[in-house]
Amino acid sequence: MMDAKPADVRGPQEPWRDPSAVPLIEIRDVVKTFGNFVAVDDVWLDIYPREFFALLGPSGCGKTTLLRMLAGFETPTSGSIRIDGVDMSAVPPYRRPVNMMFQSYALFPHMTVEQNISFGLKQEGMGRSEIADRVAAMLGLVELTDFARRKPHQLSGGQKQRVALARALVKRPKVLLLDEPLGALDRRLREQTQFELVNIQESLGITFIIVTHDQDEAMTVSTRIAIMDRGRTVQVGTPGEIYEYPNSLYVSQFIGEVNIFESRVVEAGKDHVTVFSPEADTTIFADRGLDAVPGQEVYAAIRPEKMSIAKTPPEDAGHNCISGTVFDIGYLGSISVYHVRLANGTKVKVTTANRHRFVERPITWDDPVWVWWPPAASVILLA
Amino acid sequence: MKPGFSAMTVSALTLGFAFLYIPILLLMIFSFNESRLVTVWGGFSFKWYGELFRNRLLLESIWVTLKIALTSATLALVLGTLAAITLVRFVRFRGRTLFSGMIFAPLVMPEVITGLSLLLLFVAVDWDRGFSTVVVAHTTFTTAYVAVVVQSRLLTFDEMLEEAAMDLGATPLRTFFVITLPVIAPALVSGWLLAFTLSLDDLVIASFTTGPGATTLPMRIYSQVRLGITPEINAISTILIAVVALGVITASLIQKRQFARRGGHG
Ligand SMILES: Nc1ncnc2c1ncn2[C@@H]1O[C@H](COP(=O)(O)OP(=O)(O)OP(=O)(O)O)[C@@H](O)[C@H]1O
Ligand SMILES: [Mg+2]
Repeated sequence: MMDAKPADVRGPQEPWRDPSAVPLIEIRDVVKTFGNFVAVDDVWLDIYPREFFALLGPSGCGKTTLLRMLAGFETPTSGSIRIDGVDMSAVPPYRRPVNMMFQSYALFPHMTVEQNISFGLKQEGMGRSEIADRVAAMLGLVELTDFARRKPHQLSGGQKQRVALARALVKRPKVLLLDEPLGALDRRLREQTQFELVNIQESLGITFIIVTHDQDEAMTVSTRIAIMDRGRTVQVGTPGEIYEYPNSLYVSQFIGEVNIFESRVVEAGKDHVTVFSPEADTTIFADRGLDAVPGQEVYAAIRPEKMSIAKTPPEDAGHNCISGTVFDIGYLGSISVYHVRLANGTKVKVTTANRHRFVERPITWDDPVWVWWPPAASVILLA
Repeated sequence: MKPGFSAMTVSALTLGFAFLYIPILLLMIFSFNESRLVTVWGGFSFKWYGELFRNRLLLESIWVTLKIALTSATLALVLGTLAAITLVRFVRFRGRTLFSGMIFAPLVMPEVITGLSLLLLFVAVDWDRGFSTVVVAHTTFTTAYVAVVVQSRLLTFDEMLEEAAMDLGATPLRTFFVITLPVIAPALVSGWLLAFTLSLDDLVIASFTTGPGATTLPMRIYSQVRLGITPEINAISTILIAVVALGVITASLIQKRQFARRGGHG
């Protein structure tokens, strides 16, 4: 049932797997330093037409700086940026086929909502009636029709954010840069706007680059995600790849919940690895190859929802199976979280979907339990 | 009673304000005096205001003063704004400290020194003293005030507004006129009004730098007072006070409204 990776859901439109596809944005070895501080460190990215590309990372890791270089407000210290085949180093911000939505909105305080949105179209010299149509459509999209004549200081934080979004979208640029576009919205509006963003992106064929702190948002909307850490991109891939096959401890912990066991390689092959973890007190088997030698220190990462939990041991209890006692249960409605303590004190988190309202023999506090998982669920990461 | 309003503070405040404003109030009241004597009340009348409009010399000096104030305030606005932009936007350049020191020096320079040194300059370059020299002198010292007002506004100006405008396709020049100028306009207006009123009531610098045919109103008043205070002088002073008060109040109202508009977090 779950053998199709989420990465496959979007079907064959995956230009980054196609060697003949031409990227819309080529970021090559870009470095940006402020004094001695390296804000963006040697970033190399290809972003393809119609992608919804997410930059995800902790605060201060250089996401905004990277966007600002794409928009033309910062010049790379070294490296180059090409958009649509044109080198951007000599192109000023007002000539780039790029629009940006600012993290701090940057709405023009002396203009109404309507004037803010129409500003970009006026610069193009578009006709009045066409401007009016586009602005009206945009206002409808962001649900601000009734606020068209207000000034920014008369709007709430979420309303300002929507004006900023509308102002950047209305020009239908080749590339739209969104710096945390949905941070100030409530959940309903946020989900709705995420959905709208994807719709707009698909119908207008605009390439989006979105910066976000929110991993769920990145997973929901994006075709690919770049995970950043202190100015570097540590992994680039589809949401599915990032989630299922993180390439480092950092990425695995950044996206979603994960159990990490310190381990040592027992045997590594082309299509499998066996490791032993004293922490989990078990042998862990993974069905993907790893370039490692026996004895090497590695981490085994297993997602809580890929684990099974029961009060009886599984039939083929060999590797990938541990036992302990339940010391805490969290009921979150659709799922339950079991916190299990192993004999040696290691704590493990297991989640199960609550599919049935009544469970015959429910697991409760202090129950001895077995926890196990399939080889495909173990991800072995180099230390 | 609140600690801020003890009998002591109230009386000190009353005394202070009385000392400041009672002479001005008396002056204004006596401008409506029927009698020629400045100290004896002879009944209410607009007589001296009427007299004023028949005094050709006084009217002439009012006209000169207005022309000087309008011209120098406008020049000071342009120069002061440019200076402020340079100081705020070009954070690092050689001689920046010297530059800002020289811009703001006229604020603290004794007027006599400013006036005298300008006079020496005009004499040295053989520049006929008159309307133009007073304008230059006033522009010199009011530029500093404009620069202070505009600089403080620019310091809180969000430069991302300009980036947003350029991002949307506006050239830097267009951005300056469509975004930057309108947003800082209230500061420009109050800077201009400040320069205008400063020029209007300047006596010292104007006395040093003026020449024939360019006698300003404060100079005319001063020279007439030396021949004795007439109710006519009271009348023109009252008008002057009204004009200056109007300018100052307008400037502060504009700034206040601007502050309210930025909602305290701008
Ligand atoms: N103009 C600047 N001068 C000096 N340092 C800067 C400048 N702009 C950014 N930085 C530094 O570069 C680093 C990256 O900043 P950036 O704004 O790109 O972070 P970010 O990933 O967008 O963070 P956040 O998620 O908090 O918005 C930060 O440490 C910041 O302090
Ligand atoms: Mg940022």
